[in-house]
Amino acid sequence: MSVDIDQVTDNTKPAPPARTTGRVPSGAGKKVKWALIDILVVAYALIPVLWILSLSFKTADGLNDKSFFPKEWTWKNYQDIFKTNEFVSALVNSIGIALISTIIAVVLGTMAAYAVARLDFPGKKALVGVSLLIAMFPQVSLVSPLFNIERNIGLFDTWPGLILPYITFALPLAIYTLSAFFREIPWELEKAAKMDGATPAQAFRKVIAPLAAPGVFTTAILVFIFCWNDFLFAISLTSTTSSRTVPAALSFFTGASQFEAPNGTISAAAVIITIPIILFVLFFQRRIVAGLTSGAVKG
Amino acid sequence: MAEIVLDKITKRYPDGALAVSEVDLQIADGEFIILVGPSGCGKSTTLNMIAGLEDISEGELRIDGQRVNEKAPKDRDIAMVFQSYALYPHMSVRENMAFPLRLAKVDDATVQAKVNEAAEILDLVAHLDRKPGNLSGGQRQRVAMGRAIVRSPKAFLMDEPLSNLDAKLRVQMRTSVSKLQKQLGTTTVYVTHDQTEAMTLGDRVVVLRGGLVQQVGSPQFLYEQPANLFVAGFIGSPAMNFLPGTLENGALNTPLGTVTLSDRIRRLAEAANAPRELIAGIRPEHFEDAKLVEGKPGGSFTATVDVLESMGSDKYAYFTVEGETATTAELDELAADAGSTDVPASGSSIVTRLAASSGAVAGQPLDLWYDSDKIQLFDPASGKNLTYTE
Amino acid sequence: MSESTQVTAATTPEPAPAKKGKVPLSEGKRAERRLGLWLIAPAAIVMIAVTGYPILYSIWLSLERYDLHFPDQQKFIGLANYGAVLSNGYWWTAYGVTMFITIVSVIIELVLGMVLALIMHRTLVGRGLVRTVTLIPYGIVTVVAAFSWYFAWNTDSGYLVGSESAPLTSTWPSIFIIILAEVWKTTPFMALLLMAGLALVPEDLLKAASMDGANAWQRFTKVMVPVMKPAILVALLFRTLDAFRIFDNIYVLTTGQNDTSSVSMQTYNNLLKGLNLGIGSTMAVLIFISVAIIAFIFIKVFGTSAPGSDDGGKR
Repeated sequence: MSVDIDQVTDNTKPAPPARTTGRVPSGAGKKVKWALIDILVVAYALIPVLWILSLSFKTADGLNDKSFFPKEWTWKNYQDIFKTNEFVSALVNSIGIALISTIIAVVLGTMAAYAVARLDFPGKKALVGVSLLIAMFPQVSLVSPLFNIERNIGLFDTWPGLILPYITFALPLAIYTLSAFFREIPWELEKAAKMDGATPAQAFRKVIAPLAAPGVFTTAILVFIFCWNDFLFAISLTSTTSSRTVPAALSFFTGASQFEAPNGTISAAAVIITIPIILFVLFFQRRIVAGLTSGAVKG
Repeated sequence: MAEIVLDKITKRYPDGALAVSEVDLQIADGEFIILVGPSGCGKSTTLNMIAGLEDISEGELRIDGQRVNEKAPKDRDIAMVFQSYALYPHMSVRENMAFPLRLAKVDDATVQAKVNEAAEILDLVAHLDRKPGNLSGGQRQRVAMGRAIVRSPKAFLMDEPLSNLDAKLRVQMRTSVSKLQKQLGTTTVYVTHDQTEAMTLGDRVVVLRGGLVQQVGSPQFLYEQPANLFVAGFIGSPAMNFLPGTLENGALNTPLGTVTLSDRIRRLAEAANAPRELIAGIRPEHFEDAKLVEGKPGGSFTATVDVLESMGSDKYAYFTVEGETATTAELDELAADAGSTDVPASGSSIVTRLAASSGAVAGQPLDLWYDSDKIQLFDPASGKNLTYTE
Repeated sequence: MSESTQVTAATTPEPAPAKKGKVPLSEGKRAERRLGLWLIAPAAIVMIAVTGYPILYSIWLSLERYDLHFPDQQKFIGLANYGAVLSNGYWWTAYGVTMFITIVSVIIELVLGMVLALIMHRTLVGRGLVRTVTLIPYGIVTVVAAFSWYFAWNTDSGYLVGSESAPLTSTWPSIFIIILAEVWKTTPFMALLLMAGLALVPEDLLKAASMDGANAWQRFTKVMVPVMKPAILVALLFRTLDAFRIFDNIYVLTTGQNDTSSVSMQTYNNLLKGLNLGIGSTMAVLIFISVAIIAFIFIKVFGTSAPGSDDGGKR
């Protein structure tokens, strides 16, 4: 009866370790083989990240030494970026815009996903269809009209100007992921709640919502990553530091002097905005995997 | 506690499919009534309509004389126990049982008192603070019962509440459900597909087939006087044996030979205008090893025992009788429900229940006797029991 | 006690003609409908407001001459913008580049993703570690990854190139670096979707296949791939549509120089560099049509069930 959402996709049990003495050699051989393959995968995933980390610690002189690791380590790049308004305000914009968009998208998405997964009402198919269309929609097609509309109504280069499209494109993701999670919750529980005297709203608040919390949390992470990642809207719908987010700001970085390449500062800023992603991945790996795959497989 | 009346209740789905057709039923206050039938017969739909979880297409549902068709489940004051128990996994046992009371805004002291009382009755006191995930199947079942009884509803609805338990526990729980219901005296509607549960639990049993009520009556009455072939085949385990037969001058001719019917049966058949071709039904216990029977009227035949199952108290002997088999829509449906449609039959299969002292041996021929006064006759066209008496 | 009602096992009554008069919905049913509509309303309003009107507006703009440098000359010109774009060599180069990058990177991602999925699914050691690190490329900001590749292939700083060569200044090397960046970033996502499909292949089926004499490759092609087909098609659909929108990597790696521009890049340039709303909108509409055709091909020809397109059953 327990709803173990974490288990949704993770139903492969680890193979029991080969304990019989006769099989140790082959078992150990297999393990070595797998360990080597694992190392390859880890290298694949980490080398570009380590490279930018390494660049961020290089001194201005060492930047062009073409060595993978810094020969001389320095914190200067980090000190520099936190001195510039350009980066600090971009970081504030990134965090603020991504958080607000995430909260709104997840709240609206939870409501809609519950309705899609659980209730019978006219217009359900239309909603699913619309969100599918938006999920597939080429974002650049929306940039042109939004650019003009936002300029006309004064949303251009403001937080809401970015938050609105982020919510819109995050909503399909949120609705799919959440409705997949909601479908895992036993439907009879809601009937039971109704028989126990709950109104539909109470059934949602007291029974479904607590069970859905892990799914909602997972969705929030995915939506946050999506908003945090965006570049196209960020660069098209902003023009100053008042709402430019870090990914967009990176491409406007200049060196400390006109003749200095900004590579070190770009790398340092890049590392900073990678930190939250790494933390999410480290702490919520299983949830993220479940969230990314649930919608796709159930569909 | 309440009287529940189903007045020509019909459930028609938007695509036109008829799930339940004009069910008429008066459930008396405090009665324990069972809805039984094979899957798809409409029993769960009927229960859900009483609960308010499904809309009633036509007809009227009255609880204590009041029409409740349009009332939401929460306003009907009915509790339900689900097949999957539907316990809230994020709440402890105590919170699960308290949930309906909390929704009804009952004050805290009363909630605690009622939950403790229910836990006492159901022997759950030690588990009150555990989560449902950590309970055994039987314990979960009892929590589900507890959640139903705490608020003293007008009626209990139970949707196959025991079918997720293993066989032994099911028998135990059957007894406790029955005792609990008697103790509380609450009107109960219980859905099951298991005819044994239906026979052992209910005051009255409603047999449904294809959305139609076949017969309503006490378990014993349904067993002795089934209204039609379907009820005759559904109630009783092992099931009644059916054979094609012809009736001539008061004698019945079946693959088992010719037997003179008792006067009682002959009169009933005449009164019912029995056709010449009909279906004869004989329950397994109305056969006996011919050596153990002396002088009682009846038919006799010799057949080879295919399989012999010794139950200790008695023996089940299985035979195959050459000749035609009895087939009607009802019998086909019963066979499908029992999952035996694809067994190729080159004759009728007969199950008999013999005394333990019978000398039957598997693979050996055996002389058998059957009681000519216990034969039931059915009209093959309508399925109607021609020997039915009120 | 033995009161009983006998009902003949009558043949099912003639199905009464369905009454036309609507059965009044019970309170519960109506409450459910009301709640459903209230719950989806905010999401639906936001999605339609932010996409619906702009799309229509975009179609309208694409039929107008509208250059912000010359706002006075704004005027309805019918399909002239489409003529201008479709007869423009740069547009078709960008279209070709986009298609090439899309097809090549999706094929590589499928193969690599399948390998990665099998590794994640089967590895005996460090399963958690492998899954965790593969999420890093998925989660990392695309622009950050693009900068990493840019610095790696840049003539001045790159550890991957000598001082003589400059791969990011000529067309084909640039395109392959763009594909590399794209593949690196999105293969893990593909792998995760495929792994979810792998989890649906019953262990017993594979055991049965090996008892029947299938070797590892046959088990893969004859058992796993057919069972996984829906998951594979959904992953391909997602990735193809996504790859077609490629923008971030190109922007950082080449800014579209040397004929490496994608259609999204072209649209962006016309819009924000050229400030030509008419042409930019025309391109936006053309991209939208292309994406719709790709989706249509996947859904109709390959029979991909669009994710979430099941009727949202309650079970």
